[in-house]
Amino acid sequence: MRISRSAALVLGVISSAVMAAVYLPLVIVLINSFNNSMNMDWPPPGFTLDWWVKAFGSGGLMAALGTSVLIAICASVVALILGTLLALALSRYKFFGQESIGLMVILPIALPGIVTGLALNNAFRTVLGMQLSMATVIIAHATFCIVTVYNNVLARLSRANRNLEDASADLGAGVFTTFRLITLPQIGSALVAGGLLAFALSFDEIIVTTFTAGSGVETLPIWILNNMFRPGKAPVVDVVAVTTVLISVVPLYFAQRFTRETAK
Amino acid sequence: MAISIRGVSKKFGDFTAVDQLNLEIGSGEFFSMLGPSGSGKTTVLRLIAGFDLPTAGTISLDGEDVTNKAPFDRNVNTVFQDYALFPHLNVIENVEYGLRVRKVGREERRARALAALEKVHLADFAERKPAQLSGGQRQRVALARAIVVEPKILLLDEPLGALDLKLRESMQIELKELQRDLGITFVFVTHDQDEALTLSDRIAIFNQGKIEQIGTPHELYEKPATEFVARFVGTANVFTAAQSQNLFGVNKKTMIRPEQIELGATGQEATVMESIYLGSSIRFILKLADTQVIAEVSASDENAKTYRRNSTVKVNMSKTDLVELD
Repeated sequence: MRISRSAALVLGVISSAVMAAVYLPLVIVLINSFNNSMNMDWPPPGFTLDWWVKAFGSGGLMAALGTSVLIAICASVVALILGTLLALALSRYKFFGQESIGLMVILPIALPGIVTGLALNNAFRTVLGMQLSMATVIIAHATFCIVTVYNNVLARLSRANRNLEDASADLGAGVFTTFRLITLPQIGSALVAGGLLAFALSFDEIIVTTFTAGSGVETLPIWILNNMFRPGKAPVVDVVAVTTVLISVVPLYFAQRFTRETAK
Repeated sequence: MAISIRGVSKKFGDFTAVDQLNLEIGSGEFFSMLGPSGSGKTTVLRLIAGFDLPTAGTISLDGEDVTNKAPFDRNVNTVFQDYALFPHLNVIENVEYGLRVRKVGREERRARALAALEKVHLADFAERKPAQLSGGQRQRVALARAIVVEPKILLLDEPLGALDLKLRESMQIELKELQRDLGITFVFVTHDQDEALTLSDRIAIFNQGKIEQIGTPHELYEKPATEFVARFVGTANVFTAAQSQNLFGVNKKTMIRPEQIELGATGQEATVMESIYLGSSIRFILKLADTQVIAEVSASDENAKTYRRNSTVKVNMSKTDLVELD
């Protein structure tokens, strides 16, 4: 489609403004993490690496980072296993309630975090009588992490040639051998992409986490929330924010590259 | 019997794909299942392979009831219509697959896979990925992959359907040679009657989930049992009972092949509606009384060239060539 010069100009200005609104604050956070003024004076009076050194030297912060990574990994693994099984079941077999189950699997990603959080909090504590802990956070995160794995694997399975599995069985391979040697290589990159997205989703999640974390379980986003308004902590929070963005964006980038390569 | 199918039906919801089928296929036979699409022939193949389970009836392979056995517990192998080569494995790994899952040692399976590839003249392509091969080459890999595990029965689901005509003809010859060489049973599904006639020892003609007739190519062509078979195998002039009564004094539905009709000095008069040059022969569409008749005459017949459109010829149909249909 060709558009007129003036329209192109107007559209260009609007898109630039939108991009600026999204990314300028991020750039400011990045710059402020090197700002040598305690009160975040703008423009920064000078450059320092103090905050970065301080951030990575802080025990509480590093513990929170470790907790977040651990939770994200566990939630992703749970999501990978359950999401793959669900996708296989829903794509390979016909059964009663198939479509409803498909919808129920992807629904958690659309549910407001506060609803998921409240519901799980109630379920864990009152119905199941569980103590909130790190495990409850992992379970809670897995509910919406499953969606990314399920969607990726389902899309791949629907494109894959079903005769391949028949051919494998025909040549003497049992169900698990066929899965390991034929199905898994077909969906491998979908698993990587889904898993990385799941990791990114879990890593910076805060609402559901707040409702399901036991006392003493402090993830990175919760650490940030707790420390943001403490005197003198703001620059360190900036460092953490930059780190969080990096940890979330890198998997996202690779997930996209994986899906694109295999789509070829 | 290599394969015994007794009273087998297969229903998909309300649709009956295979209807109470009985079929016996002997060891070492080249057996074809021929029919239009949707006639149930591929379903029967999938039932023999074990990809689908029958709704009713039993299937035995070499006397052993395998009706409810999984595909990996049956000593049959399949060549799929779309070849179903494993895209992430190269050619030799594809061919080795059946040996690999049977835990055959690395060196032995490589040697056997190479031997199978040599049988289909593809040993030079061992390291390629399926995506780098032509349709005909993929076809050969699929064959090699199926025969490397030395099945007693090989099932082929329209294996030549995706190839162009020239390639298809040369593959037909190779298939026939391969079957003789291996001495195993081939069950071949096709909708191409020429292919079935060329290759098969016996053919089953499928129509609407049932077998219309089983016989040698010769029997099916010379003595079709039904109008469906007469029309599906070769070209046929089928006459209703009334027309037969008129032309031959036989009050039954009958059939005669176009090349059995003589055009010449004697017989009933007919008008030439159309003449079609086919290379080795000329086909005439004639109007005989109110009946349309197709006749085929060798192109080397000098007289044939004189029969032009709208001219009158004499048609001689021998009653002994007439086949009564059910």
